[in-house]
Amino acid sequence: MGLEAYIKDSGFLTTQLNAIIAWARKSSVWPMPMGISCCAIEMMAAGDPKYDIARFGSEVMRFTPRQCDLMIVAGTVTYKMAPVVRKIYDQMPEPKWVIAMGACTSSGGMYRSYSVVQGIDQFLPVDIYLAGCPPRPENLLYALMKIQDKIGKTKASQFHNIPAGDQSISLPELNVIRNN
Amino acid sequence: MNHIEFIPRKLKEKFPSVDFEASDYKGELTIKFDKKFIVDVCRFLQSDSELEFKLCPDITAIDWAVRKNRFTVVYNIFSLKNNFRLRLKCDVDESDCSINSVVSVWQSANWQERETFDMYGINFKNHPDLRRMYMPEEFEYHPLRKDFPLMGIPDSMPLPKK
Repeated sequence: MGLEAYIKDSGFLTTQLNAIIAWARKSSVWPMPMGISCCAIEMMAAGDPKYDIARFGSEVMRFTPRQCDLMIVAGTVTYKMAPVVRKIYDQMPEPKWVIAMGACTSSGGMYRSYSVVQGIDQFLPVDIYLAGCPPRPENLLYALMKIQDKIGKTKASQFHNIPAGDQSISLPELNVIRNN
Repeated sequence: MNHIEFIPRKLKEKFPSVDFEASDYKGELTIKFDKKFIVDVCRFLQSDSELEFKLCPDITAIDWAVRKNRFTVVYNIFSLKNNFRLRLKCDVDESDCSINSVVSVWQSANWQERETFDMYGINFKNHPDLRRMYMPEEFEYHPLRKDFPLMGIPDSMPLPKK
């Protein structure tokens, strides 16, 4: 299994750089746990020993966006929260992926209301829409495996010309209470 | 002591000129009166040694949409001494959409009056810090008014660009 078999054999293996970079990327997807409401509880459950998200190399939930590859938006996003989510997304380094976890983030869910964004794809590029209210941890792991499949198909050359400090991204004004 | 009879009687003795309208529904006492007297009545209820309504757990409002006095501001107050809840109601008309603040009586009224202002657009006069509670500061509408559409006003709250 795995690379050890090759090493025992000859110590060399022949592959493409694209393939090995994609393999490394997909095997250590570090999530940004954007836990906003009840879906976050299931996201935490996915990290516990029973479901064990570490089996997929994603146990390092980073609470700083600078170290993340994958944003798991877990919970109801209101209009007041949307600029905050977007700002954190913009702070994540490229390449980055997004899971819209649960019905609220995918479509507004049961909150058909003036205050809830009816689907975060109105302001974020979403890779996986994860059904459920809230989705079970198995479901989140399934979404993570789908993301891994997607990352496995990428080529490093797709990302190489993204400048380090991307000037085209303009950070939105942070629109929260100013003096509280 | 029967609070349901005792409290209105005591209020009428203290404020003979005010017209109190007391009603009892399954042991819940509601007293309705003119909004001019809200601070005086509240201060009396809070400080009187026999009543001691020291807690103000909730302030909210009702939008009657088509009625002449469009709004009713509702105060739920609680007496720890008597273990008794009392509901105060004051009508507010849309033409003069304001009522005096009771923050000077109960500190907890501060955020509850801000919430009522945010949701119904009722101005609480002499409130120390009447900002919106939930909605963004630059939002122009009051969502719990009956004429506010369920899905909101398009483009009233901008989303970040994709």
